[in-house]
Amino acid sequence: MAMLNTVLGDIDALDRLSSRGGIANRIDPRAMLIATALFVLAVVSYPKYEIENLLPFFVYPIIMISLGAVPFGVVARYLLIASPFAVMVGIFNPLLDTREMIVVGSISISSGWISFISILLRFSLSVSGALVLLACTGYVRTCAGLAGLGAPRLLVTQFLLLYRFVFILADEAYRMARAHSLRSRGARNPGVSVFASLAGHLLIRAYDRGLRLHQAMLARGFDGTLRTNRELRWKPVDTLFVVVCASFFAALRFGNVSRTLGELVMETQR
Amino acid sequence: MSHHIVEVKDLIYRYPDGTPALAGVTFRIEHGESVGIVGANGAGKSTLLSHLSGCIIAQSGLVAIGEIPVTKKTLPDIRRAVGTIFQDPNDQLFMPTVEEDVAFGPLNMNLPAEEVERRVAMALSKVNALHIRKRPPYRLSGGEKRAAAIATALSMSPDILVLDEPTAALDPRTRGLLIDLLHGFTHTKIIASHDLDMILDVCKRTIVMYKGAVMADGATEQILADIELLHRSGLELPMRMQSCPKCAGKDKES
Ligand SMILES: Nc1ncnc2c1ncn2[C@@H]1O[C@H](COP(=O)(O)OP(=O)(O)OP(=O)(O)O)[C@@H](O)[C@H]1O
Ligand SMILES: [Mg+2]
Repeated sequence: MAMLNTVLGDIDALDRLSSRGGIANRIDPRAMLIATALFVLAVVSYPKYEIENLLPFFVYPIIMISLGAVPFGVVARYLLIASPFAVMVGIFNPLLDTREMIVVGSISISSGWISFISILLRFSLSVSGALVLLACTGYVRTCAGLAGLGAPRLLVTQFLLLYRFVFILADEAYRMARAHSLRSRGARNPGVSVFASLAGHLLIRAYDRGLRLHQAMLARGFDGTLRTNRELRWKPVDTLFVVVCASFFAALRFGNVSRTLGELVMETQR
Repeated sequence: MSHHIVEVKDLIYRYPDGTPALAGVTFRIEHGESVGIVGANGAGKSTLLSHLSGCIIAQSGLVAIGEIPVTKKTLPDIRRAVGTIFQDPNDQLFMPTVEEDVAFGPLNMNLPAEEVERRVAMALSKVNALHIRKRPPYRLSGGEKRAAAIATALSMSPDILVLDEPTAALDPRTRGLLIDLLHGFTHTKIIASHDLDMILDVCKRTIVMYKGAVMADGATEQILADIELLHRSGLELPMRMQSCPKCAGKDKES
């Protein structure tokens, strides 16, 4: 419960960062979306055993985090919270894929470990990319950007409401957990029957609140299309941003930068 | 024809789970009237108000706003005319910031951006909430949420204002502000509340509900002074009527 609240609190905090008007916050949401999509695409398109070429990609989130003044701590916490998922996905690789791949001195590293590390790297990169998008652009502007890029209106509205609904659900859950703990003399784990009842109540309450919110939206003339007062304006800077990002990612992806860099260093030392 | 007349005739409503909530309610409210709806918990006030804004469609009987019956088809018109403030502000606020929430209604009316902006500022300043305009509504105090919720209705410039428990969770100063605001709203207003002093202050006419029916309907001064009637409907005299000179003085000042 506490963890859920921390996570939501963080999302909320990141989202609010986006309204501070820094350089990174002024980039058009469509440009940010395109850049993020290219970034994730480049990262996930590498072959299974890639490690060294993934590392330079961290430059993008690091630069954006500094530009948007996003606290590193929050991003790091997120990566930690979400990492069990990536570990679950990749954990069997070292067990199943035991071919020897690299030998460093007397230690040999199997290809399974390599692909496991590769998965973790890609995962961290994608999550940081998404967090950067959230922190620089904000949830609502991101949705507006999606609509601006031609995503179906209905889908965008769904996304917007989903965001609100997650908070409602968490709020209700928090209140019920509090009510329960106040009357259960500090017993931490409710019995199965109490838990089932709590869960049932939670669903009904969240559903009811969802219904009432929908009524409130209808009462204010909602017809299925969400209108916002934030006009999207594509500026030359946005074109520049997309071009720079795209060429940077392309260079990393197809140019094998780390090897080129390494060779350059070797050359100069010779 | 006036948009501001509210007509309710033989209204009966039973919730889907079988709970009877309204058992034949009839009244007519004229243009510019201010009407208080009082009654014990569960008397049916909120259910009645939900009918006026079209959140619930009458199962039997008639509800009409300015000659237009409230049906599924007329809902867009009804909603342009009636501004609703729900009992629980959590039900009313859903956008990421207060400002966007207040702008939601005007934007749906397809008003130009500057007009929307003007209305948002106007509505927020009326409820003394300009300073929270950038905050997310779900992170506000109860009273701040209430103020924001009221602003969302005001920004739509409704002909009829329907308020469910508007003074609940307000501090005395904000409550005073709200009362001034209600005095300033010269169109028809219908207010359900347990705050009888506020009703006495704002509403000329009062309808007493009891178990889903109208128990009394008349001038506020008379109804709220009728101890016997109030007791029968599960209510108490307003503070000001309890011949307490201190409260009486206070209320007149505000
Ligand atoms: N969603 C619902 N489903 C079933 N019954 C309901 C529902 N909402 C209200 N009721 C019942 O309908 C009756 C009238 O409720 P209503 O909310 O209109 O009362 P109220 O006068 O507004 O009370 P309060 O002063 O507590 O706000 C009550 O008996 C209540 O239990
Ligand atoms: Mg009520």
